[in-house]
Amino acid sequence: MDNTTLNDLLEGQAGTIIDIQGNDSLSARLMEMGLIPGERVEMVGQAPMGDPVEYSVVGYRLSLRRVEARRVWIQRV
Amino acid sequence: MDPEGVRGSLGMATVALIGNPNTGKSSLFNALCGGQARVGNYPGVTVEHKTGRMRLGSTLHKSIELVDLPGTYSLSARSADEAVSVEVLSGEMPGLARPDAVIVILDATNLERNLYLLSQVLELGLPTLVALNMWDRLESEGIAIDPKSLSHSLGVPVVCTSASKRMGVADLQAALGELLESAESSQSAREQHQPVGLASTSFPEPFRRCVEELALWFDSQGCRLPRFQIERLLIDDSQAHSYRVIPEVLTSEVTERISQARAQLASEGVAIPLFETRARYAWIKQRVAGVIERKPRERRASLSDQIDRWLTHRWFGLLFFVVLMFLIFQSITWFASWPMDGIEFATQWIGQRIESMMAPGPLRSLLVDGIIAGVGSVLVFLPQIAILFFFIAILEDSGYMSRAAFMMDKSMSVLGMSGKSFLPLMSSFACAIPGIMATRTIENRRDRMVTILIAPLMSCSARWPVYVLMVSAFVPNRSVMGGWIGVQGAVLFAMMALGALVSIPVAWLLQRFVFPGEPSTFIMELSSYKWPSLRVVMMRVWERVLAFLARAGSLILVTSVLIWAAAYFPGDHGPLDIATAKLEAEQASPDADPENMQVLETQINQLKSEMISQSYLGTAGDWIEPIVRPLGWDGKIGVAVLASFPAREVIVATLGTIYSLGADQDENSQGLAAQLRSATWPDGRPVYTLATACSIMVFFALCAQCVSTLVTIRRETNSWRWPIFSFVYMTALAYAGAWIVYNLMSFW
Repeated sequence: MDNTTLNDLLEGQAGTIIDIQGNDSLSARLMEMGLIPGERVEMVGQAPMGDPVEYSVVGYRLSLRRVEARRVWIQRV
Repeated sequence: MDPEGVRGSLGMATVALIGNPNTGKSSLFNALCGGQARVGNYPGVTVEHKTGRMRLGSTLHKSIELVDLPGTYSLSARSADEAVSVEVLSGEMPGLARPDAVIVILDATNLERNLYLLSQVLELGLPTLVALNMWDRLESEGIAIDPKSLSHSLGVPVVCTSASKRMGVADLQAALGELLESAESSQSAREQHQPVGLASTSFPEPFRRCVEELALWFDSQGCRLPRFQIERLLIDDSQAHSYRVIPEVLTSEVTERISQARAQLASEGVAIPLFETRARYAWIKQRVAGVIERKPRERRASLSDQIDRWLTHRWFGLLFFVVLMFLIFQSITWFASWPMDGIEFATQWIGQRIESMMAPGPLRSLLVDGIIAGVGSVLVFLPQIAILFFFIAILEDSGYMSRAAFMMDKSMSVLGMSGKSFLPLMSSFACAIPGIMATRTIENRRDRMVTILIAPLMSCSARWPVYVLMVSAFVPNRSVMGGWIGVQGAVLFAMMALGALVSIPVAWLLQRFVFPGEPSTFIMELSSYKWPSLRVVMMRVWERVLAFLARAGSLILVTSVLIWAAAYFPGDHGPLDIATAKLEAEQASPDADPENMQVLETQINQLKSEMISQSYLGTAGDWIEPIVRPLGWDGKIGVAVLASFPAREVIVATLGTIYSLGADQDENSQGLAAQLRSATWPDGRPVYTLATACSIMVFFALCAQCVSTLVTIRRETNSWRWPIFSFVYMTALAYAGAWIVYNLMSFW
């Protein structure tokens, strides 16, 4: 399995979520916000200082810090 | 009043409105209630409680109380907002009947994620109605939804709405009427109401067994807890939260049983909390299958995305942000000047009318010098406050506010905080109270505490009166750089920025020494840009204006009268009243003798300054003068600052009262600024120099002179420790800052 995470996506690149790492409340919040296995996520842009990052997921824009994005394992598409 | 007693046959019903943030919930609430909302707090917690009245024409229920629940993504119990929503919907909120129905507003352009909340609401077993909002935007997003099949698939009625355009509101009301009627006609409808296929039925078997065991145990303890709440207790890892329905004697045992159950579930391979989100999204996938169709998107960024590329651009975005903030603060001074002159004129006119109708004496002095001068000098700032809130409301409603948080997150994270603190801090520029209350959305306790403690440093609108008075009196009204930058506006801007700059080291120190702990997160929705709704914006401005007027009418009125009394008593005002009456008679007579008038005026001024130095206020001034002398202040300023402990803007009223009592009233048409300029030390030097004015402004930029803020901190943190802490650290900071500025500027 290739261990790419959301954090590795460049602007305009997309991936399909494989898994969310960890089982704390942060992971639960990520999943509540729609980051669930099988969903397609696209990296839309980043904040002026490179962090956080804007993603497009289940039809809306979500902002995540890079350290949070690192928890979301994806497969590039 | 017992809410249970007046509804039912008499035609009262309670309906709750719930939805994700940014779904147009406030627009829908306004559309349903015509903007008549009562805003307060839920008892014991500081979550905003907003209710409105709604009338349904043709149904049994003539009048409906609509409860607007906080915008939330889920009903887990991780934050206070979510816990309150669960309590209201389960009927456990004291003083609030269990809702007869619940309206769930869903963003049609983002259906799957919005259905997550619905899947939880459905499990509460209330008659439920779905408002599928933003219906007008579906087509441009390339999405097609069949509302009929959605309704069939979810087992609840679905109404398509566009709340901001007021489309579908009548349909929603009709559907709500039907829902309430059918719920009433079948006796036990509320218990029976079961939409098709709840997500929780697919929770793992061991988990359901644990819930069953806990439910039995709760029953045996005589504490009937709804199934949904038992599930939440088991799933949500939050010690901070405990439902109030659980008696205090049981809490420690509950905690123990829950951790046992969790350990057991872990050994059986149930991944808490992830299994819940998995089960719910699986349910959502089933529900929307065949209902929603997304046209294959051409690889073209939406307009909102294109705007976003610019507004969050590495350089352009930051530049735009700074310029925008600067323009907002400059335009406040531009636009407000005309209505301010009007209010000032009206205040003076009323004062003069009263003077012409009454003989000089304590009552006239109380009315004119105490109440009208005091309240009027604060009221003058109403236009600026309204304009500031107008801009903040536009930033929020257009979606830019969340971009500001997005851009600021990195710099906030350097301070160990998140961009989420940016929104409460930004609103604190209007008023720290809504700002502190807005920290509820911050889940991380440490982030929240630090934000609460630095929020009062942001330059709130109550500081405006102080700044504007000092700036208009002592900063030259010139412009530089070819007329583009007004010096006065620039000084105002610097004052607004000062508190924010000082808050940076304060935040760092607080995190280092007071709240060591885990770092924050930044998981936030960036809603699409849209044209702000004028109705929503005006509504928010109106709410703030009313709140300000209420404050001017109560707290500030009382303080004005107290300060007036302290400046008026003790002392025999007989000679002064006689002289004033003589002067007024002279002025009224057709053949006035200018020389005689001059003599009388001099006599009156002398008597007035004697009276004020004899008064309680004068005595207090003598006492406080040595303490405030290093800041370049005289006793009068010291007294005014003391008297402004209830609220910062009171200093303007106090100065107005002091100088109105102590100066010539017939020539005061130039207003308070002119009177301050003419104030002198006993040796004839002017009291107010630019250095003194700046020292006063810096003091007010950093001090905690606001009882309402301190009370709000007490409420939010549930302890007197933090308001006392805030007051002490901010006052020390203010004194030091004022001292440094005064000394730098006087030696420069």
